[in-house]
Amino acid sequence: MKKFAKVIALLTVLMLALTCFVGCGKEEATALKIGITGPLTGGAAIYGNAVKNAAEIAVEEVNALGKIQFELKVEDDAHDAEKAVNAYNTLKDWDMQIFMGSVTSTPGTATSKEANNDGIFYLTPSASSTDVLGGVANAITGTVDIARKDNVFQMCFMDPNQGAASANYISSQKLGTKIAVIYKNDDNYSTGIYNSFKAEADKLKLDIVSTTTFTEDTKTDFSVQVADAKAKGADLVFLPMYYESAALILKEAKDTNFAPKFFGVDGMDGILSLEGFDKSLAEDVMLLTPFNADAEDATTKAFVAKYKEKFGEIPNQFAADAYDCVYAIFAALKEGDALKNEDGSYNYGVSAEDLCKMLVEAFTAEDFTYTGLTGENMTWGKDGAVTKTPKGMVIKNGVYVGM
Amino acid sequence: MLTFLNHFINGISLGSIYAIIALGYTMVYGIAKMLNFAHGDVIMVGAYVCFFAVSAFNLPPVLGLLAAIVLCTLLGIIIERLAYKPLRQATSLAVLITAIGVSYFLQNAAQLLWTSNPKIFPDFFGGIAIKMFDGQLIITLGTLVTIAACIIIMIALTVFTGQTKMGKAMRACSEDKGAAQLMGINVNATISTTFAIGSALAAVAGVLLCSAYPSLVPTTGSMPGIKAFTAAVFGGIGSIPGALLGGILLGVIEIFAGAYISTQLSNAIVFLVLIIVLLVKPTGLLGKQIREKV
Amino acid sequence: MKKFLTNKSTFSNYMTYAGVVIAFIILTIMGEAGGLSSTMKGQLVPVCAYVVMALSLNLTVGVMGELSLGHAGFMSVGAFSGAVVASALQQAIPSDGIRLVIAMVVGAILAGLVGIVIGVPVLRLRGDYLAIVTLAFGEIIKSIVTNLYIGIDAKGLHFSFLNPLEGLEAGGRMIMNGPMGIPGNTKISTFTAGFILIIITLMIIFNLVNSRSGRAIMALRDNRIAAESVGINATKYKMMGFVTSAALAGAAGTLFGMSQNAIIASKFDFNTSILVLVFVVLGGLGRMWGSIIAAAALTILPELLREFSEYRMLIYAIVLILVMLITNNPGLKNLFGKLIPRRKGAAENE
Repeated sequence: MKKFAKVIALLTVLMLALTCFVGCGKEEATALKIGITGPLTGGAAIYGNAVKNAAEIAVEEVNALGKIQFELKVEDDAHDAEKAVNAYNTLKDWDMQIFMGSVTSTPGTATSKEANNDGIFYLTPSASSTDVLGGVANAITGTVDIARKDNVFQMCFMDPNQGAASANYISSQKLGTKIAVIYKNDDNYSTGIYNSFKAEADKLKLDIVSTTTFTEDTKTDFSVQVADAKAKGADLVFLPMYYESAALILKEAKDTNFAPKFFGVDGMDGILSLEGFDKSLAEDVMLLTPFNADAEDATTKAFVAKYKEKFGEIPNQFAADAYDCVYAIFAALKEGDALKNEDGSYNYGVSAEDLCKMLVEAFTAEDFTYTGLTGENMTWGKDGAVTKTPKGMVIKNGVYVGM
Repeated sequence: MLTFLNHFINGISLGSIYAIIALGYTMVYGIAKMLNFAHGDVIMVGAYVCFFAVSAFNLPPVLGLLAAIVLCTLLGIIIERLAYKPLRQATSLAVLITAIGVSYFLQNAAQLLWTSNPKIFPDFFGGIAIKMFDGQLIITLGTLVTIAACIIIMIALTVFTGQTKMGKAMRACSEDKGAAQLMGINVNATISTTFAIGSALAAVAGVLLCSAYPSLVPTTGSMPGIKAFTAAVFGGIGSIPGALLGGILLGVIEIFAGAYISTQLSNAIVFLVLIIVLLVKPTGLLGKQIREKV
Repeated sequence: MKKFLTNKSTFSNYMTYAGVVIAFIILTIMGEAGGLSSTMKGQLVPVCAYVVMALSLNLTVGVMGELSLGHAGFMSVGAFSGAVVASALQQAIPSDGIRLVIAMVVGAILAGLVGIVIGVPVLRLRGDYLAIVTLAFGEIIKSIVTNLYIGIDAKGLHFSFLNPLEGLEAGGRMIMNGPMGIPGNTKISTFTAGFILIIITLMIIFNLVNSRSGRAIMALRDNRIAAESVGINATKYKMMGFVTSAALAGAAGTLFGMSQNAIIASKFDFNTSILVLVFVVLGGLGRMWGSIIAAAALTILPELLREFSEYRMLIYAIVLILVMLITNNPGLKNLFGKLIPRRKGAAENE
């Protein structure tokens, strides 16, 4: 017993000592260090891995241009705020200069505060909650609960924008008169969209006849939710959620002969590339999404082909956002010219704080726009939110068609 | 009334899934006296095996199920040999923690092998359903098959443990391992067999679970696993008919709580009912009253 | 010290205190001297919180001999109530330290109260039935906290359950936002506070264990019928242990909550309860210093395994299984000497 204790104690001390010395050796920097935290393991791993894969592709491409060089490191946060801060600290020990945020919202809320305190530039591909940015009024109470974190930016739509945009779209196109909503009430993303959808729908006098929820623990069976929508005679069901759950709802609706219109948000994107999914279930499903893997433009085609070749999967919206993040940073650095020394080399030793100031200025500059996979002529305001137009899509014969 | 009936049927169909998982749980618990928290993850492995057998090798569903059963049984035996057998003399808490370790291992190994992208499980029952009252009342073939499977497995297990030599040996082990050994029963082999059977049941449960709720990810088994564990305790852990009853009731309560009270609180209500039942009947619905001896 | 206390256990208790103090001094000096990486610094307070969690659960599982699978529920109560109190008092009490103490006291009291509510039904049950009911309570607490909305404005605190809060006055703010939890927490926990909480926890547990009540609790664990037959009131003593354990977990929850930027209800789920149970079993039932080392080592381990990237959690699982096998298999055990004291824990006599 004593021996074992000693062994463990010794191991602990060794471990402590190891962590203290890791990262002490400094070498001449040869690339700008970009860090990401995301769920690479656990239930949300699909999102983290999509971001990791796409960011790797983008960094490879940028580096191949022979201009400024990037170095990427993605740390696992298992979709947990505590682990995300640990992962962020690990990245800090690695001397990260630019932080591409956390992939999901709750970890993103935690890491954005750290990055704000440390003055490290933060551009998240997909953490869409208003809490990540701060300074946004609560959709229901109208109060500002968290102060604006001024170096934090988003590549994806902010949740309330999506909710409000969906309500507006449904109202202006007269898509439905009796609306049912199913949302995931222990999830930041889903609840955020629902709250703003509800607020906007009330203003527009849309009739929400059924509101039901599910949680992480009850995300398999949707019979109650679908039955409720059906019983209340809903002709449009709004699904602010990710596609895995939506796929189950579509199946349940078909099994019970319930055929309303279904309307999704950007989380719905990816449903068509689900392995084994019966695409006919998604026929006529409408969604507002900034990215479409079937789009015909050259950038999307090249990206999708490369992603498929490397990882054997079709990229989803998370991947597209991450790809755009790398290129947006590249564009904001004027393809590296912003960091060029007089002798033509790049100032890779620039401090994270200086770089942060430079990038914040670049992103919020009046004339800065960026065109990528998820939108054309995107701009960013001082509030950190992106301005881009979501595309209304409808699924016809297993492919997206513009509405 | 029709809505009520529909909810009831949905409850039974959810409950039959819980029941079939709970049967495996209770089998292992009853004999080996251990909470096998890795059971849910063996279910997940079973579902993946069947998924790949059917989608990648184009096998018919029955062969896919067979492949899942064979591989899960093997997996169960290997896990038992490597992780649980060395702990035969240890406290049951030590085994519990090891089972949790095995559960982490299976989930992470599954993620590395099969990625975390969800796979949509094929619909083996082709959406066939019995429709009544102008399609107002729907009972799917999947539900009927699951219930039938539950009942068959329950009867088979009851007969097996009650009538066969191996089954009697199992019951002897569950009563008193030491005495069983003295009577010439190979306790180790008996417990290993129990695990093999439990894992085979897990494979069946995995295939049926994913046929009903077709999204398959490495964490698919964990929540149904916990729910089924709850169901097994609800019915009286160790009792085979209890597992079936507990599972069905749990499913019905969950659906009714969601339908008539609040979907936000359905999980909480399920657990509240469980607590109340255990307060009235501290060993579950069909659990044996164990007299304590000094 | 009372006579019948073996010198060995008194010695072990003092060594535990000494170990904690030395570790604190070393880490503080290293922190001041800049010898700690950001990763390590960021983990100091959470590690303290997990240590207190492990200690308090060890009281339930090791000393009382009851398996609890819902300990994270108490942590949740402490974390959220503490954070709400600290946030509400932000203007009234500017000192972080005092606010933290008040938050912790409130967190501990509330968790203790919940402990009483849960203890009454739970402690009538035995073995795995008790375990499943604690699990159930943990899940119920999670559901309730997920649906709780708390806001503050000039008129004071506003509560809402299930539906988002409406109608806060201008200038007010939401503190707790249902499923989003507390997204705008201010960190006020410090390593020193964590250290003090560990010492207080150790004092409470050692004093309880070495007191008349503690001996009654252990007698109930070893043989309930015999203990009751000599006149020990089972309910009273079990409640005492259980509520103490819950209150300490509440304080740990506050410490943890106040060390995070954002907390959500689903953080304190079944998996967290299990994690703490792993610390306790690995450290040894009833052995407090074991819990401290196991909690610290296993919290830091996943961070150290980051080198292995995607194989990280797989390796963690293998390490966990191997450690359990090494410490519990008689053959392997002999290699490492006698590891687990031959205590008759509840787990053995189901």
